[in-house]
Amino acid sequence: MQYLISVVDDGQAEAAGSDLSASAAEDAAIDVFNEQLRTDGYWVFAGGLGGPVGATVVDNRGETPIISDGPFLESKEYLAGFWIIEAPDLDVALRLAAGGSKACNRKIEVRPFLQP
Amino acid sequence: MSEVAAAITLAHREEWARVVATLARRFGDLDIAEDATSEAFAIAVERWPADGVPPNPGGWLTTTAGRKAIDLVRRENKRDSKHREAMMIFDDEPAGPPGAIDDDRLRLIFTCCHPALALETRVALTLRMVGGLAVDEIARVLLVEPSAMARRITRAKVKIREAGIPFRVPAPDDLPERVSGVLAVLFLVFNEGYLATGPDTDPIRDDLTTEAIRLTRLIRELMPDDGEVIGLLAMMLLIEARRAARVSMDGELVTIDEQDRGAWNRALIAEGHALVRERLNAGMAPGRYQILAAINAVHTSAPGIRDTDWSQVLALYDHLVQLDPSPVIALNRAIALAEVDGPEVALATVDRLEAPLNGYHAFHAARADILRRLGRGSDAREAYDRAIQLSGNAAETAYLARRRDQLAG
Repeated sequence: MQYLISVVDDGQAEAAGSDLSASAAEDAAIDVFNEQLRTDGYWVFAGGLGGPVGATVVDNRGETPIISDGPFLESKEYLAGFWIIEAPDLDVALRLAAGGSKACNRKIEVRPFLQP
Repeated sequence: MSEVAAAITLAHREEWARVVATLARRFGDLDIAEDATSEAFAIAVERWPADGVPPNPGGWLTTTAGRKAIDLVRRENKRDSKHREAMMIFDDEPAGPPGAIDDDRLRLIFTCCHPALALETRVALTLRMVGGLAVDEIARVLLVEPSAMARRITRAKVKIREAGIPFRVPAPDDLPERVSGVLAVLFLVFNEGYLATGPDTDPIRDDLTTEAIRLTRLIRELMPDDGEVIGLLAMMLLIEARRAARVSMDGELVTIDEQDRGAWNRALIAEGHALVRERLNAGMAPGRYQILAAINAVHTSAPGIRDTDWSQVLALYDHLVQLDPSPVIALNRAIALAEVDGPEVALATVDRLEAPLNGYHAFHAARADILRRLGRGSDAREAYDRAIQLSGNAAETAYLARRRDQLAG
């Protein structure tokens, strides 16, 4: 199964006075964690996201696309990055998420992709 | 009850979890396992009175439920049904080596008590899948609307399937923590029975305490060497043993110092004491349930309240506080402290717990009792009032009100 592991920034980067979610130490720990994911065969994809300040919402369900500045949800918590992993079951996914949370020093949400 | 009805009741108690667990493994789906098992029992209710009780009721139920499950899979006609059918045929062999079915029940328990499910959901799912309680019964137990309970159980099954919660005994590394998660669920069920909430419920719900004990016995059978499982079972037995003495004829809670010890269940006490001794002889550091069991063993060993070895109780609480620094444990320790070092010393300890426990009825009840013993009538009255206001248990409220009204002045 594939799982999306979302990294939740709850405002701690801002509190630390940084535009970037992860600090240098966190970045280094994430690199180590990623390398382990690749070695163990869980890795599918991962990436860090720019802050909500760079977000734009597009809604083209109507006649013309409506473009608006900012994230779709104004909240102190935002998605700062994610992993996609391949794991046999939730127990393994949760164990990896625990490692990921430690590495990036953030809260994490684990969600399964729909089964093909 | 007719002989057939008794046989069905017995089969339900003995075989429900086994059948659900076997099917859950074979079909990889809790929903199908649950539906097929209830259908099999419905067929038994219909057929057994006419055809007679089969020589092996468990085998009959498993076979019937297995056929129903195949029907359900075919009827479902989902995109993955072909795959499931293939798996079913592959797996439709006679049961594995002896003990394999018990492993299925253990898997079932760990799946229902998975930490990715909310605690209330774990309780509901365990009562349904392992305990075999109907959704309506569970709704009554947990004081929610039956429709809300049905939705909660359905959502839990969807989560188990979609999130890939595995149907297996956890890896050895995770085992101690996962076992303690299972025990927490059973403890919660037991506690709700021991001091039931709600003005219209019985003060003691023996259906719940009995069910919690039955499931804990089952886990003990499946994991005979786990000290904490034994500890929890012993603790439950020693508390259950005092049930008949805990509520008076007028529906008032009777505290241990006023209980008629002749009404205690000697067989349960003997069994509980034997389990506590078994753990003492194991010579391993006890966990929290083993210590709680030992505390209850001290209480149930005393022929009268004056014979209670309070210093032993206090020593056990001192040990427990090291393992579990929660304020509730500290409160119980303070109650023992009042017996050993007097109410004055205990009051100082209790008062330090006010911030975390101010909304907890037992805090005010304990404080009221200590103030009463110190002769501080008006302070005691205030504390009783607060305890009564916060207690959700009718028998306890009656007891507290009597104690308050007996205060001088």
